[in-house]
Order: sequence, then structure tokens, then C-alpha cells
Amino acid sequence: MKELVEILAKALVDQPEKVMVDLVEKDKSTVIELRVAPEDMGKVIGKQGRIAKAIRMVVKAAATRQNKKVMVEIV
Amino acid sequence: MKVIEKTGKTIDEAVELALKDLGVSREEVEIRIINEPTRGFLGFLGGKQARVEVALKDGPAQKAGNLLKSIFKSMQLQVGMNIKEKDHEMLINLEGNELGILIGRRGETLDALQYLVNLAVNKNTETRKKIIIDVEGYRKRREETLQKLALKLADKAKQRGRNVVLEPMSSQERRIIHTVLQGRDDIHTFSEGEEPCRKIIISPKK
Repeated sequence: MKELVEILAKALVDQPEKVMVDLVEKDKSTVIELRVAPEDMGKVIGKQGRIAKAIRMVVKAAATRQNKKVMVEIV
Repeated sequence: MKVIEKTGKTIDEAVELALKDLGVSREEVEIRIINEPTRGFLGFLGGKQARVEVALKDGPAQKAGNLLKSIFKSMQLQVGMNIKEKDHEMLINLEGNELGILIGRRGETLDALQYLVNLAVNKNTETRKKIIIDVEGYRKRREETLQKLALKLADKAKQRGRNVVLEPMSSQERRIIHTVLQGRDDIHTFSEGEEPCRKIIISPKK
């Protein structure tokens, strides 16, 4: 799941080497924290969060398959 | 990636030779200069020719294919891909088991995936290529469903003499409905509301 976020983020940004993805396990859910270069923030969030929403949608589909609850946070 | 090396009197000349060999234009390659040309003593002794390395960039079809492949790999999905390239469009049809999760509710997931692949492939390119991703003809089937629905609701609007409001849809889906009802002179259609909750209203003409 972490890998998927990394692939998507790296494909969207201008500085793929600055993409960092961390997995944080919480009680009931898994949180994936995505960090990108400040200049690339817009490329993973998009107008009114449209890109962030699309990333979450694809990750959610992958998570459903593994019966997991996953949240993607951009920090 | 295909790479060739060429030499010439000037850098331009070397690059031109390489482009001719590859049969592509300058935008489709990446150029790396190995040696700048130097004029030798008195213009002929010990002069060095320009040497360049010209590499063919991945085209949009390869970029899209590679990206999708790695996405599916990380999702542990076995997916067959069929890419058809046209002038400004690219159709990617996916086939395999359990692809329902890729479609999602009313194609939401498929739309999200398609949006992301469009952004990634068209990043930093001058000519945009519209990429349409479909799963086993899902979009075609959905189009037919929407067309039937549109005709049914148009009749309803006319009969009752009142506006019929459809549920929110993506711009692609709205276009299908507008198009199928375009020729009718008893009703007209328009959209209202802000994305992503923009919806079509079918209104009877008086």
C-alpha cells in the first residue's frame, strides 16, 4: 500500500527524489503519510484537493482488496 | 531506451545526424553532449569533433503503460493491457479477474485512476494527450445505460411538464446525456451546480 502511494506521488511531482512515504499503524487504521518537496505540494493536492482525492480513491480500492482501512495524509 | 552516439563538426550537426538516424524530431529525444568541438591549431591540427549522445524519450504510450504496470503490481492485480494510440487520444483497455475494484461505485475509482494517469503522462509536455482508461468495456456499457436513462427522463419531463433533475455526474457522463438529447425540440438540457456535484436538468420546452 505504501508502495502504491509512492508510485503515484513520484509520477506526479517534479522532484521524485524528495518523495517520502511513511506508514503509521494506529488502533483501527493505517495512516500513510506522504511528504513531497514544498514546490510539489500543489501537484499532489490539486485544485480543491482534486488530485489528493483521486490518490485516496485509488489507495482505498487497493486497501479494500486487503480488507484494510487506510488513510492517506499529506504532511 | 534507445541511445545512439554521433559526431559532427558542430553540436547541431551531430544532433541532426542522430535525429535523421532515429527518424524522430528534437522534442522526442534527450541530448547529452560528450565532447564540445574544439578548433585545433591553425584550424586543422588537433581539432576535435563534437560528440553527442541522443536518447529516445519514452512516448506517452510507454509512460502510461509503465505507470499502470507498476500500480497494478503494487495492488497485486493481474491485469492485461491493450493500448490504442490515436492523434490526440489514447485508449487503454484493461482486462483481468477481480477488476471490479478498479471501477468502483459508478466508475469513481476508474475516473480517479484515469485522472492521475493523465496528469502523470502529460506532465511537462507541450502536446497533451487525452487518455481514456476502460475496464472490459465498462465505459461503453455505462454510456448505453446513460443514453437509455436520458431518453426515459426526457419523456418524463415532457409528460409532466416539469423539470427533471438528474443525480450528480462527471463531465464525461454529462456530455453523453447532453449529446443524446441534443436533437430533441420538445425539451432542452443544461447543467447546474459546482463540480463535483454538477448535475443535469432536463426541462420541457413550452
